[in-house]
Amino acid sequence: MQKKSRIDLPTLFASLWLCLMLLIAAAAPLIAPHDITAMDLRDRLSPPFGFGGTTVHLFGSDDLGRDVASRLYYSIRTSLLIAFGATVISVVVGTAIGFLAAYFRGLVEHFLLLLIDVQASLPFLIVALAMLAFFGNSLPLFVGLMGLYGWERNARLARGLALAAGAQGYAGATRQLGAHPLRIYLRHILPNSAATLLVAATVTFPEIILVESGLSFLGLGVQPPMTSLGVMVGTGREYITRAPWMLLSPSIVIVLTAVAVSVVGDFLRDKLDPTLK
Amino acid sequence: MTLLQLEKVSRRYPIGNPVFGLRSFLTAVDQVSLEVRKGETTGVVGESGCGKSTTGRLALGLEQADSGHVLFEDKQLAAADTREWRAKRQRMQLVYQDTLAALDRRMTIGDLIAEPLVIHDIGDRASRQQRVLDLLYAVGLSEHHRALYPHQLSGGQRQRVVLARALAPSPSLLVCDEPVSALDVSVQAQIVNLLVDLQQELGLGILFISHDLRVVRHVSDRIVVMYLGQVVEHGRADTVIDQPMHPYTQALVSAMPKLPGGFDHYLPLPGEPPSPTERPSGCPFHPRCHLAKDICRQTQPELLPLGPERRVSCHLVSNP
Repeated sequence: MQKKSRIDLPTLFASLWLCLMLLIAAAAPLIAPHDITAMDLRDRLSPPFGFGGTTVHLFGSDDLGRDVASRLYYSIRTSLLIAFGATVISVVVGTAIGFLAAYFRGLVEHFLLLLIDVQASLPFLIVALAMLAFFGNSLPLFVGLMGLYGWERNARLARGLALAAGAQGYAGATRQLGAHPLRIYLRHILPNSAATLLVAATVTFPEIILVESGLSFLGLGVQPPMTSLGVMVGTGREYITRAPWMLLSPSIVIVLTAVAVSVVGDFLRDKLDPTLK
Repeated sequence: MTLLQLEKVSRRYPIGNPVFGLRSFLTAVDQVSLEVRKGETTGVVGESGCGKSTTGRLALGLEQADSGHVLFEDKQLAAADTREWRAKRQRMQLVYQDTLAALDRRMTIGDLIAEPLVIHDIGDRASRQQRVLDLLYAVGLSEHHRALYPHQLSGGQRQRVVLARALAPSPSLLVCDEPVSALDVSVQAQIVNLLVDLQQELGLGILFISHDLRVVRHVSDRIVVMYLGQVVEHGRADTVIDQPMHPYTQALVSAMPKLPGGFDHYLPLPGEPPSPTERPSGCPFHPRCHLAKDICRQTQPELLPLGPERRVSCHLVSNP
């Protein structure tokens, strides 16, 4: 019965890619050949190596002659930090609120649902703009703000899952055994909902990267001299015909990472479910 | 010794729209009294929707009675989900019908059986493992089942697991809600015999809820027959089955297949059980009763004692 689960090819590539990204994020200062702010105005917009460029700038250089490769490594670091941090916050906050709503019912539930509806009816970009305008910008604040992205979906999902679990026997059976509600929620309902929440998180993750890119593009996200994938796409946009590598390299990283996260998420969901073994 | 006593317990559910004053109530359990003694089994029989399961949940304090008292070991039950109520769970356990739903599919059988011990902080890690093993053998499973998941077992094996889990904290009362209804007849017999054996060994009091008279008769010392949320007949198991007094019980008993020769005098019951929201006037059974008289349509009969440990709620029996 215990069939050995094999990793299929897409999952293998996806996890290798994610490992590579994590490695780059961790080792960015060590592997970056240039300082990310070092300009070389005589060597502006030089193409990547293999496309007529030199090995000095492996992925080419940007409009100020800064090394795209170095900036890319640091951008991956910033963006991954923001996206992972924010996804974790979004899922944890959403799940907690959803479970609270499902547990308390009555007035508390109505209040939390109202909160969810308010968040769902406000465009997130507007909220983010207002918050950033009020509180200024710093990385921890920005991560926290991004964490607000999508919590209402996760909260709705978690509440629905908790209600469904309550209607199924095992939650009631555990209550009947005399378990504290905390135990029921953390040891039974959470593991049973984890698969769905995990998939929701893998959807939230690339969206947060995109929102971060959007805000950075508007100049309200990551502030220079720091750089992120969004900042790079934003500045690269102006040079898309003359120097497409400025835009393409961060874009490819965004797309591949988003796909890799959802592939690995799917794999983990199946892996976490003992009934699918 | 009386373990569990229900005294005129009622449970009503609000239905309809509360905003426009149209709220009415569905009386699921109406003035039910019964008792379970230590080491004995009280069977509750009736058609679906007659309030059997609700009676079981009331007995366990999973639901609060709107009126009446539930006494367990001579003490009234604490309100649900309080600390005392949770502590009391150790003494009273429920055995489920839908075992696949009642067992968390992400936990192994070993963890599931050990869980009540963890919750009530009984023993240490090693002694819990030993207890799980003892329980597995006690319900007729073996050590290798410990590492399996619920979906890898058959229905009968899962029912054994549910039983082992209920027995883990050494309760004194077991409420079995249709424990064998989802099983094959041959497996039913195994589980029922296991239950009887365990009861003799452990001195459990059992409230056995089922729609199956054959099974109830086999396990019960006392039988309570319910119709539309009310007790219509109550007595020793053999007397209720062999000499049913209430016309409803008579109809139920006549529908029991007998060997050899099938049904003796099958009394078919016309119609469906009435909806609890539209309770008939007088005796709730009169629209389906072939003996109904005028008095049955007008006044509701009381549950009157009739000989030792015998109570029947019928005008025709109390004053023929």
